[in-house]
Amino acid sequence: MRHLLSIAYDKQHLASVRTFVREVLLTYKISEIQIYQLVLAIDEICANLIIHSQNCNEHRSFELEIEVIPDRQILFLLRDDGDAFDITKYCTPELEEIITAGRKGGMGLILVKRIMDNIEFSKEKNHNICRLVKNITN
Amino acid sequence: MAEAYCELVIEGSIDASSSIHLENSLEQVILEGNSVLLINMSGLTYISSAGLGAFISKLDIINQRDIQMIFFQLSPAVASVFEILGLGDLLDIVADKETAIGKIK
Repeated sequence: MRHLLSIAYDKQHLASVRTFVREVLLTYKISEIQIYQLVLAIDEICANLIIHSQNCNEHRSFELEIEVIPDRQILFLLRDDGDAFDITKYCTPELEEIITAGRKGGMGLILVKRIMDNIEFSKEKNHNICRLVKNITN
Repeated sequence: MAEAYCELVIEGSIDASSSIHLENSLEQVILEGNSVLLINMSGLTYISSAGLGAFISKLDIINQRDIQMIFFQLSPAVASVFEILGLGDLLDIVADKETAIGKIK
C-alpha cells in the first residue's frame, strides 16, 4: 500500500512529516526503535531538502511516498524539483572532523546512510528522485 | 558536602526548527562558568542531528574549559541514535541522576 504526503519547504512542517511516517509505520509489525530510527532518517533527509534544495521557500513543496511490503521492505521515495542533491555522492565527514571543527551539521546524512539499507538518486524529467530502502524481517 | 552542578533538563522534541533553543541554553550555562553540567534527557521524546549538533559543536569549548558534561536517563530509542553515531565513546552517558552525581569529580 502506498502513502503520500506533500510537504512545504518549511522547517516548521518537520513535526508533521514525523507524525506521518510514524503513523504509517505503526500499522505494520515494526519495532518501536526501528520506527524511531526510520522517522529520524526521513526527518533528516527532509530537513536537508527544505534547507538546501529550495532555501526554505514555504510556497513550494515536495513529495514523500512510503510503500511497505509487509515483512520484507519499506520504500521511501522523495520527489522534489529543487537544486539536485545526490546523497549517494556525498562524502559524509568523520565524527572526529565534525567535533574538531565545532560543526553543527554533518551528522544527519551519516545517520541516513547508517539507518537505511540502500539509497539511490536519479533524475526523471524535472524531478530529483531519492529512493531509500529499509529491509525488515520479523 | 553537596556536589555543585548545573542540571539542564531537555524536554519534548528537538529538530532543525527547535535546536536553536537548546543551543542558546547550552551556551548560557557554559558562559555562566558552570564546571559540571548534568544533562537530564528523561523528558526528551525526539532528537535529530540538529539537536545532537548543539552538543557536538560545543564539545571543544567544553573540553577546553574542563567542564564535566554527563548525560543521563536516555530513552532506549534516543540511546540507539547515540549508538549509531558512536557518541557513546565520546560522551559520558549514564543510566540515572544518582549515577551522574556519583561521577562528579
